[in-house]
Amino acid sequence: MEDMIQMDRTMSTQQDIKIEAKGVQVYYADNHAIKDVDVNIADKTVTAFIGPSGCGKSTFLRCLNRMNDTIDICRVEGKILLDGEDIYDPKVDPVQLRAKVGMVFQKPNPFPKSIYDNVAYGPKIHGLARNKADLDEIVEQSLRKAALWNEVKDRLNAPGTGMSGGQQQRLCIARAIATAPEVLLMDEPCSALDPIATAQVEELIDELRQSFSVVIVTHSMQQAARVSQKTAFFHLGNLVEFDDTDKIFTNPQDPRTESYISGRIG
Amino acid sequence: MQSLTLPLLVILGLTITGYFLAKTRALQVAGGDIRKLVSLPKQHALNTVLATAIPPLAAIVLFSLYRRLAEAEGSWLFTLVVIALAVTGFALSLIGIKTESRARTFAERWIMGLLIFASTIAIMTTVGIVFSMLFETFNFFEQYDWRDFFFSANWSPNFRGNSDLGILPLLWGTLYISFIALTFAVPIGLFAAIYLSEYASSRMRSVAKPAIEILAGIPTIVYGLFALVTVGPFLRDYFASPMGLGQSASSVMTAGLVMGIMLIPFVSSLSDDIINAVPQAMRDGSFGLGATKSETIRQVVIPAALPGIVGAILLAASRAIGETMIVVLGAGAAARLSLNPFEAMTTVTVKIVSQLTGDTDFASPETLVAFALGLTLFVITLGLNVFALFIVRKYREQYE
Repeated sequence: MEDMIQMDRTMSTQQDIKIEAKGVQVYYADNHAIKDVDVNIADKTVTAFIGPSGCGKSTFLRCLNRMNDTIDICRVEGKILLDGEDIYDPKVDPVQLRAKVGMVFQKPNPFPKSIYDNVAYGPKIHGLARNKADLDEIVEQSLRKAALWNEVKDRLNAPGTGMSGGQQQRLCIARAIATAPEVLLMDEPCSALDPIATAQVEELIDELRQSFSVVIVTHSMQQAARVSQKTAFFHLGNLVEFDDTDKIFTNPQDPRTESYISGRIG
Repeated sequence: MQSLTLPLLVILGLTITGYFLAKTRALQVAGGDIRKLVSLPKQHALNTVLATAIPPLAAIVLFSLYRRLAEAEGSWLFTLVVIALAVTGFALSLIGIKTESRARTFAERWIMGLLIFASTIAIMTTVGIVFSMLFETFNFFEQYDWRDFFFSANWSPNFRGNSDLGILPLLWGTLYISFIALTFAVPIGLFAAIYLSEYASSRMRSVAKPAIEILAGIPTIVYGLFALVTVGPFLRDYFASPMGLGQSASSVMTAGLVMGIMLIPFVSSLSDDIINAVPQAMRDGSFGLGATKSETIRQVVIPAALPGIVGAILLAASRAIGETMIVVLGAGAAARLSLNPFEAMTTVTVKIVSQLTGDTDFASPETLVAFALGLTLFVITLGLNVFALFIVRKYREQYE
């Protein structure tokens, strides 16, 4: 079993690079939040960003689908390439980019609509379904992938906000999957969930790796160790270390990484 | 009310004295050690102040509400009662100060009582208004057939008697003008609110929002002048005359348009607050799925804010139905049933005013009809409010 995981991980590191970030700087007004970050995110891999609060990991994650555009005072410099194309190129429409790079947020934020409409929202907007039957199919597949179908198939018209926290978060994941993204960004997706719901979401993340490149920001080092193949450690806006997850947790190169994972800073 | 000076002075004096006395006495009882007291000296002081002031003040308020009743008894007796109440509260609360007495709980109860009293007065006033209208309306229907009132399409009051008092033309005018006003105000107000809350920079917002709210501060008589002098002639010269729809400067359209302008801030300001209250997480979720700004607003933000927006619109509708001044100056005072928006018409409120101005005895159906009209209007706006409440309850999309 251990060997298989090991093999899995070696394989994954050899896979294509999906996102390539070069010299990324982020400023909030005068505050230099991200300093010169280079990182390569592989396809069909789970990459974890860890680090103490305020280290910039969420900010960096939000650069990857230009969610920072919605914040007026935020300024991004450097290059972020998705499949070799600069996503900050003026020609790129952030709206289209976000269809390709989906996002799941820290707090479950289902729309105040029915479960069905929550999942159908993205496909409807992007015209992914030609007819109602198509849409039904997309909704069912997305809910199945999010391991939610069996729980909700009899009440697709019930409001999404009436579910438990863990179900809501899986609904948000289903919603993101339904848009058929290539990359899925997850900003501390389990921080508002109880351990059982967390375990379900983690299991789900591992399955999602088959189809997407997943980037997850997490406070929990155990979670990073459980779900990711690659881990990046951020500290005070710097990317301190980026390597295979086992290596980060067993044999970190940087003393700061070691202090963090052993609980001395953070 | 002159007789009130003395009791008010007594109450004021007793509360101030009570405040300091209670503090001193509380410390005295504890032998100077504040930790022996269950309640702090300031709580004893607060309790004394409230116990001294609230009962007599409540008595005074009740007295002035039912003044006619109490005056027969003679004011000096009342003065005595008020002072006695104050002194009793003062004495009882001071005597009650012991180390173990729970002044904190008592003070909280007094405060709760005060709040209940205030809300009761507000509710009772509404009930009182309804009843006073109800009695006069009964008087009216004793003299005038209710079928003629509700179903006659003719309004021609005649102070020598024998008048036609059908509400239909007035109701029609009211609804027609309100409808036109809302047709203008709702889209403009709503779009302005969406711009302010979703698109405008914070600097723009800080300028534009107060600027729109200034509209709400303009007295309606000024709007009426605007309708009379500017909008009315303009509509007549450029729309009504060329299209052959009439030669009247006062028209439903004039009043509706100006009333619409008046209602814009009601719709926009309230809707803006409500749209702002939709959590940012909803928008982020939608943007994160690759929705554009307008898609997000149309499909996520507005549905989430809808109950509040409906509430804002219905509030504006109530204002429109109750508006008088703009109608008098903008639409005229002729009761008429017509579909032509460029014709002069009038509303229920205007006719209430005109039936009650001048020499009036409250005995003839010509004056009493005003109460029937008022009550009808009240029932309509009440119905609107209930409907609004129903809509809000039914379609509330909870986002938390």
